[in-house]
Amino acid sequence: MAIAPHRIIYLIFPSIIILAGLFVQNSYYLQVLTFIGINTLLALGLNLLMGYAGQISLGHAAFYGIGAYTTAVLTVHYGLSPWAALPCALAVSALVALIVGFPTLKLTGYYLGMGTLGFGMIVHIVFREWSDLTGGASGFIGIPPLDLGPISFSSGRNYFYLVWAIVMMCLVVSNRLINSRVGRALRSIHDSEIAAGAMGINTMSLKIRVFVLSAVFSALAGFLYAHFVMFISPGSFDFLVSIRIVTMVVIGGMASIWGALFGATLLTLLPEWLHAFSEFEMVVYGLILMVVMILLPQGLTRGVLDIYEKSKTRNR
Amino acid sequence: MQEILQYVVSGLTIGAIYAVIAVGFSMLFNSTELINFAQGEFVMLGAMGLVTLWGVFHIPLVLALLLTVAGVSVIGFLFERLAIRTVRNPHPIVLIIITVGASIFFRGLSMLIWGKDAYSLPPFTDTPPLDVFGAKLLSQSIWILCISLVLVAGLYFFYKKTLTGKAMQACAINKKAACLTGIPAERMVLLAFILSAAMGAVAGVIISPITMCSYDMGTMLGLKGFCAAMLGGLGSLWGSLIGGFLLGVLESLGVGLFTSGVKDAIAFIILLLILYFRPGGIISAKSVRRF
Amino acid sequence: MKNRKQETADTSDLLAVQSLSKAFGGLQALYDVSFTVERGTIYGLIGPNGAGKTTLFNLITGVFSPDEGRILFENKEIQGIPIYDVVKTGIARTFQNVELFGGMTVLENVMVGCHVRSRSGFLGAVSRLPRVMKEERRIKQKSLELLDFVGLMPYSDQKSTDIPLGRQRMLEIARALAAVPDLLLLDEPAAGLNAVETRSLGELIAKIKEKGITMILVEHDMSLTMKVSDMVVVLDQGQKIAEGVPKDIQSDETVMAAYLGKSG
Ligand SMILES: Nc1ncnc2c1ncn2[C@@H]1O[C@H](COP(=O)(O)OP(=O)(O)O)[C@@H](O)[C@H]1O
Ligand SMILES: [Mg+2]
Repeated sequence: MAIAPHRIIYLIFPSIIILAGLFVQNSYYLQVLTFIGINTLLALGLNLLMGYAGQISLGHAAFYGIGAYTTAVLTVHYGLSPWAALPCALAVSALVALIVGFPTLKLTGYYLGMGTLGFGMIVHIVFREWSDLTGGASGFIGIPPLDLGPISFSSGRNYFYLVWAIVMMCLVVSNRLINSRVGRALRSIHDSEIAAGAMGINTMSLKIRVFVLSAVFSALAGFLYAHFVMFISPGSFDFLVSIRIVTMVVIGGMASIWGALFGATLLTLLPEWLHAFSEFEMVVYGLILMVVMILLPQGLTRGVLDIYEKSKTRNR
Repeated sequence: MQEILQYVVSGLTIGAIYAVIAVGFSMLFNSTELINFAQGEFVMLGAMGLVTLWGVFHIPLVLALLLTVAGVSVIGFLFERLAIRTVRNPHPIVLIIITVGASIFFRGLSMLIWGKDAYSLPPFTDTPPLDVFGAKLLSQSIWILCISLVLVAGLYFFYKKTLTGKAMQACAINKKAACLTGIPAERMVLLAFILSAAMGAVAGVIISPITMCSYDMGTMLGLKGFCAAMLGGLGSLWGSLIGGFLLGVLESLGVGLFTSGVKDAIAFIILLLILYFRPGGIISAKSVRRF
Repeated sequence: MKNRKQETADTSDLLAVQSLSKAFGGLQALYDVSFTVERGTIYGLIGPNGAGKTTLFNLITGVFSPDEGRILFENKEIQGIPIYDVVKTGIARTFQNVELFGGMTVLENVMVGCHVRSRSGFLGAVSRLPRVMKEERRIKQKSLELLDFVGLMPYSDQKSTDIPLGRQRMLEIARALAAVPDLLLLDEPAAGLNAVETRSLGELIAKIKEKGITMILVEHDMSLTMKVSDMVVVLDQGQKIAEGVPKDIQSDETVMAAYLGKSG
């Protein structure tokens, strides 16, 4: 049996990564590529929640930060190895998501937006004010690099591979999830909560579970970020970062896994391209958000994908 | 005791600002069921406008005030026409992202215009502070309190007594029915946008002498205004007013009695508590969820 | 009238509604409504707009809990059970205002309908164990059969909201059938359908009845309702005003008054 066309991407994609790792020599480029990977994780996580289940979150930077700060605190203050800190970071984030998710996901529409925003703000303030633990506004220094036996991930190339291996794993996880019974249930919530309920889907419980899962994705990104830059400060997890994650999902196209990758890539590169005019960054961000939402509420990739799918059904 | 009184008095001042912003949110919500995440940027534009006109170009104060508020209203008008009216899919998520985008856009734009520096202005008049049972009430605080109260009273009058105001309310209650009776619902929505932008601008101009004005001052004020509106009951004029004062006082007491670091957290904790337990606000008889 | 008899559960009754009341604020949407539905029959539920028919469906399916009264399904009380658990007991429904999953294909819509009759979760989805894949194939197979049953096979890959309204209503029925219900609640399935579509809907309802599925049919199309129903109950302003075989209802004066008094 030949490989189905949509599977080919699973061969092409890793090849691109490996080739990129081999041929990109410039450490600055490797660093940018690594950031793209970390941002893709964030976008994938939020996409599950926002794109598929239709629940907005304007506070996802909180989970990103919780992942980063948990591993920082555990490795620096308590001397844990990063690999032992990783499950803790994910668990703390999941727990917070569970506790916050219960009351918050009962909200809908604007109230949900405001509720998640408020949560993100509070977490950000905690990072800033709990200085004994987090180093306060000036940040947290001395986070150890990752290594695995003889392999050290402190070199840009190794870290690049590590991050992208994880990204690929998460892409597969997301993709499998979406095209499953649970994934269909998730998407049904997006379209009609009452009909989903009438089909036997416990919408509240499913929303909470996907919220927790997306928090775990974000915490994973936070973990990788912390051990990559080895210095974190509250500014990396503030409201604007939450908005940036939303923008990645929106630009890439909600409810599209490859869209998340595309959105994350674009939004990581954009500031680099705009470097010379860094003061334009906000204006451009704002404009992109508005224009895309006004003209293409489905996002950029979705439009292209729709066309592709139409042609596919025609050929059959 | 003396200290607490001082906290309350300064809380009322900032509370009046929150109240005006909250009223802007409520008015818009009433007519459009929309929450404008860019509301705070109108406050910033109001403040920066006054900084420019009065502080830099030395236009007489009253004229500068009027010009600023009028200018921001025009921006509100453009905003509705260009960014809201054109939306093809008016789903809340879409509108949230558009207004958040607008907020970032306005902020970025004013950073381009005014840079990252913070500006300050003198009080509107330099009368000496008033003594209220030993607490000091600055002259600008008196201006803030008076202007905000007059404004809300004026709005109340507008809603209850003028034809346009009544028409806006009718639209708020039932858009379709209002249309059938010949009220131009679309124009009422536009008017609501203009008025709520103006409300933000007023908050901005009156706060400018007591704070550092910069391109990024609006976001937090806008969010606090929203917290105040939720606290009193989103959509209610008096609720917003009371919510504003209450939030201001609570925040001021919190800063005084704990540390200044928690100041911003107070509003958001209140916001979450209200959203979770009483989405209709503390004033409403029973909790209602409008969505 | 004959309400007394219904207090005692009869084994051939699939559903018994007893003294059901529900108010929304000051509005009494349903007041003291009782009736029973015999297994294997079609029960017509008629009444002018705002009579409380949809509200009754919402109470039976657990969208709301009743203020008063009981709902017995297979002799078990089900009032107050959350909506997603009601389906498990064997009650499925369609919606007056079509509630399809617009982001999904026709086939996927029916596959969601299989939710209660399948079980793999998050871990299953990610691991794709043989057991999970087998279930997935079963779901797809069954959904295709149902699409065939309602005559939607040619549309299976289209976006559900892109097909004509008549087809959308059929799709809702297929999706509800995917839950393998014993009782199917149809809320105005013929609304917006043309004469041809209405006729094929009538045939479909008859086919569903042949499968042994009991139905409650809310419908304004009287000729359809009277043709397919075994019993008819009439609601007006939240109250039951008549009940009987279609022939009797058609000549009932109170019913005429309720309809003529409110027509338009
Ligand atoms: N969720 C609700 N909230 C408030 N009122 C409702 C709700 N659902 C139905 N009603 C009211 O209950 C009455 C009965 O409605 P409904 O059951 O939809 O009637 P029908 O389906 O017979 O046309 C109507 O007056 C309607 O406005
Ligand atoms: Mg109805």
